[in-house]
Amino acid sequence: MTEKPLIKINKLNVEFPLGRTLFGKTPMLRAVNDISLEILPGQFYGLVGESGSGKTTLGRAILRAVPISSGEITFDDSEVNYDVGNLGKKELKNYRKLAQLIFQDPYAALSPRMTVRDIIAEPLEVMGLTQNREETDARVREIAAKCRLNLEHLRRFPHAFSGGQRQRISIARALVCNPKFVVADESVAALDVSIQADILNLLKSLQKQLGFTFLFISHDLSVVAHICDNVAVMYLGTLVETAPTKKLFSNPSHPYTKALLSSIPSLDPDESKKAQKLEGEIPSPANPPPGCKFHTRCPMAEDRCRKEVPQWRELSEDHYAACHLV
Amino acid sequence: MSLLSVENLYLQFDTDEGRITAVDDVSFELNAGEVLGLVGESGSGKSVTAKSLMQLNPSNSVYGSGSKINLELENNVVDVLSLKKARELEIVRGGAISMIFQEPMASFAPAITIGNQMVEQLIIHTSLSKKGAAELSVEMLERVGINEPHKRFFQYAFELSGGMRQRAMIAMALSTKPKLLIADEPTTALDVTIQAQVLDLMKDLVKEFGMAILFITHDLGVIAQVADRVAVMYLGRIVESGPVREVLHSPSHPYTKGLLNALPKLDALDEPLTPIPGDIPSPLERPPGCVFHTRCPEVLADRCNSSVPQHTNVGQDHFTSCFVVDSTGKSA
Amino acid sequence: MDYFSKKKSDTAIDQNLKEAYFTASQGQLIRARYKSNRTAMFAGWVLTLMILFGFFSEFLSPYEPTMAGRDKQYENGPPQIPKFWDENGFSFRPFIYGTKRERSIKTNFRWVISIDRQDRRYLHFFVQGWEYSYIEFDWDLPGEVFDLDVKALTFNTHFFGVDKGGIHLFGTDKSGKDIYSRTLLAIMTSLKCGVLGVFIAFVLALVIGGISGYYGGWIDQILQMITDAIRTVPPLPLFMALAAFLPSEWSAEAVFFVISSILGLIGWPTLARRIRTHLLSERSQDYVLAAQLCGASSNHIIRRHLLPSFTSYIIVDLMITFPYMVRLETALSFIGLGLIDPVSSLGSMMQNVSKADVLLNYQWYFIPVIFFIVFVLAFVFVGDGLRDAADPYSKTKK
Repeated sequence: MTEKPLIKINKLNVEFPLGRTLFGKTPMLRAVNDISLEILPGQFYGLVGESGSGKTTLGRAILRAVPISSGEITFDDSEVNYDVGNLGKKELKNYRKLAQLIFQDPYAALSPRMTVRDIIAEPLEVMGLTQNREETDARVREIAAKCRLNLEHLRRFPHAFSGGQRQRISIARALVCNPKFVVADESVAALDVSIQADILNLLKSLQKQLGFTFLFISHDLSVVAHICDNVAVMYLGTLVETAPTKKLFSNPSHPYTKALLSSIPSLDPDESKKAQKLEGEIPSPANPPPGCKFHTRCPMAEDRCRKEVPQWRELSEDHYAACHLV
Repeated sequence: MSLLSVENLYLQFDTDEGRITAVDDVSFELNAGEVLGLVGESGSGKSVTAKSLMQLNPSNSVYGSGSKINLELENNVVDVLSLKKARELEIVRGGAISMIFQEPMASFAPAITIGNQMVEQLIIHTSLSKKGAAELSVEMLERVGINEPHKRFFQYAFELSGGMRQRAMIAMALSTKPKLLIADEPTTALDVTIQAQVLDLMKDLVKEFGMAILFITHDLGVIAQVADRVAVMYLGRIVESGPVREVLHSPSHPYTKGLLNALPKLDALDEPLTPIPGDIPSPLERPPGCVFHTRCPEVLADRCNSSVPQHTNVGQDHFTSCFVVDSTGKSA
Repeated sequence: MDYFSKKKSDTAIDQNLKEAYFTASQGQLIRARYKSNRTAMFAGWVLTLMILFGFFSEFLSPYEPTMAGRDKQYENGPPQIPKFWDENGFSFRPFIYGTKRERSIKTNFRWVISIDRQDRRYLHFFVQGWEYSYIEFDWDLPGEVFDLDVKALTFNTHFFGVDKGGIHLFGTDKSGKDIYSRTLLAIMTSLKCGVLGVFIAFVLALVIGGISGYYGGWIDQILQMITDAIRTVPPLPLFMALAAFLPSEWSAEAVFFVISSILGLIGWPTLARRIRTHLLSERSQDYVLAAQLCGASSNHIIRRHLLPSFTSYIIVDLMITFPYMVRLETALSFIGLGLIDPVSSLGSMMQNVSKADVLLNYQWYFIPVIFFIVFVLAFVFVGDGLRDAADPYSKTKK
């Protein structure tokens, strides 16, 4: 594809200090390790991983909610071109209008002391996007209607709503400033199954209507499989495989992806799992294994895997993986 | 004679906002060596039902007068709800019935080593000496697949990872050789690769120990892999129950059908996700008649909102509580 | 409207109730929850009543609480309860008996008070008596510069009094001061002391705890070390040391000021720690991050999210700190380190009760003790009620 990527991540590292030492170097935890990724405009991009994979950190790094240790993230929407890691104050303020976040916990994401109307209006007021109260109200009503919240709802406080409804309020707040890029961090994980489908459909239809690019972070592969165009799989801070959804699920190449897919409990009780089941625990991100991070649990691990970090290679069109053995 | 027989369980909570019905006429049976899955979303009453089996509900809970929970002990059958003295309940709690929870960090005391907690439980429920209890505990830790069990025995809960803590909890629960294990969302907080391991472990243990498991979860896939029979709950009622293959392959209650349609399935990536319309009603506003009628796509105008459907047999041991289904098991 | 008792009435009324619940702000919800707690409501009324008594203490007292108002004819006199009826008949106007004082040979020539049941002294209401002002500043602080002498809103009407002699509802102490009048004034004094102490503590705690909690990091570490250091200072020895330094020529007001300030300076660490904890937990909430991701300034976040979130907690904390202040002042005055006789505070009045003489003969000296207990308990119950109302997780308690 010759289209320019909206988000281009190049060799990104995000580290956090672990504890404090008076003398000597503070031990660092590498949450995101040498990641390079491209997200094209209009894509519904899925980011999948288990705990310790660094997917949340990656999402927040793109939004500049956590500091970047090294590497670069570029945001290019043909109007502005930002080096997200080194934004000046004014540019950062502008970037906030363009990139937004939908949180996981619908109960913690809404201030209990503000009415729904105020919650959704807050980004407009803080960023100074509207001239007066009427304009703000009109914008709020518009986005609320798209998220299926009516006028009555706007007057109420968050305690009046269920989890699914609160998530819709969260979504309305993220979209009210018309961002170009939206990150959803486990936004359906806390919802009941019957409501999950509702929110997922809403997200998909909003994307079609408003035309933004979506990064959907989740640990649930089946959800990602249904609504995302592209999927990236992370393990312990590194990318192990990326591909268009259909390709990834019909032809997974990396052993971790294969294991992840076969670990999902199937609705068919008779389907015995022929594919690999993983042994062992996920290593702690503070103490990652040398060489290929996955080798401690990989059923196909060889000597090479313990010593050498595998290269990020293109296996077929748009399908990349990092493994010595594929 | 089944190991556990729950008859007409009614449970209400006395709160500031009035009396809330949490469990409404729930009945089921469980035999030794069987895994019964209790499936439902939030507000379905599945956790509350499980806690009733050991009278673990808070003090403001009011049980119905006709409710019985008959548990088969060594020599007799006891109605757990009729036990008042702490002594009598002690035999049930941890002895005949063990429970494991969703958040293992919350069920291990943070300042006591894992080993000490396991030994404490064994001393209460068995006649083992401290040494014997310690040996058995290490054996159990090994049996659940924890490596270096001798070392883990002396560790604290926070030193173990999530998966290991869950295994340790299973070890602790099984060390007293209970007849019934209640598992309340045991794998929901675990990563999916770890979940697969723990589920395999539980299936092996059932075979080895011959105990029954009441497995509570919202995840139908987990039920499919682990359970023999399943009961689907909605707002405190069992709407459908039967052998797991039957219920999943040919669901008859509209709620079960809705749940299955709303699930994203890996082998049908192109099919759209169809949610169940509306929201789960708050327990303060239980719909009259059939509890599901406010969201049911097959609702019968006058009938479903006025009378409560009884259980109809729609297959081999397969029951549904719905007016739309006639007795031959086919939807109207 | 009572949000929490649902009546199965009309669906329209039900809908209105529900809508009211949905559109109720946090403040309104807290108020509704508080109102449904009967103990707290009752304690609230008792507290309000006592505070009103304190405010209008001069109006309600027939005699000046100081040495100027003492009744030389009725020293160590027992309480005189007004009656409506005795063997001589019924009277609409309440009355008490006249008393005479004489030296009795039976008690080794000490003064003994005898009651003359035929001598009725009737109570009159809204009588003229000693003068008092609502706004009066006569501060004799050390140094001429700080002296203040202002007098306004002067009245001399009192709620009740007798035509002849004196009426002492709670009896008198050994110099003839009316205990009832002193108790009312003492409530006010203890209240003022507590308010000043809480105010000082609160301002200090807000600044220090606020900075600590908002910025975190090494500022937090250093401030916490200071806070903990101050917390470890035991209050009584500190007071004893300060009492030794207080010049005896200082007026009662000066001492009062200093005592209250010291109470505040001792009390701020606990409050500061609470504020810091609230701030730390609120700061890491998702909705604060959401505001930051919109580019909101610190100012906006503090104003719009953090301050409203802990206003209710702070009010509760203040309410709970208050009884500690009052108790501390009372305790200190009781052992003679705070406000001392003749200044009226609940503590100074209790100073006199620890003698055997009093226990055996003059039991009415204990009446202020009852007032003190009720006062503190009322504060505690109100504080508890507020805390339960503000804490959304206490709903499962039954």
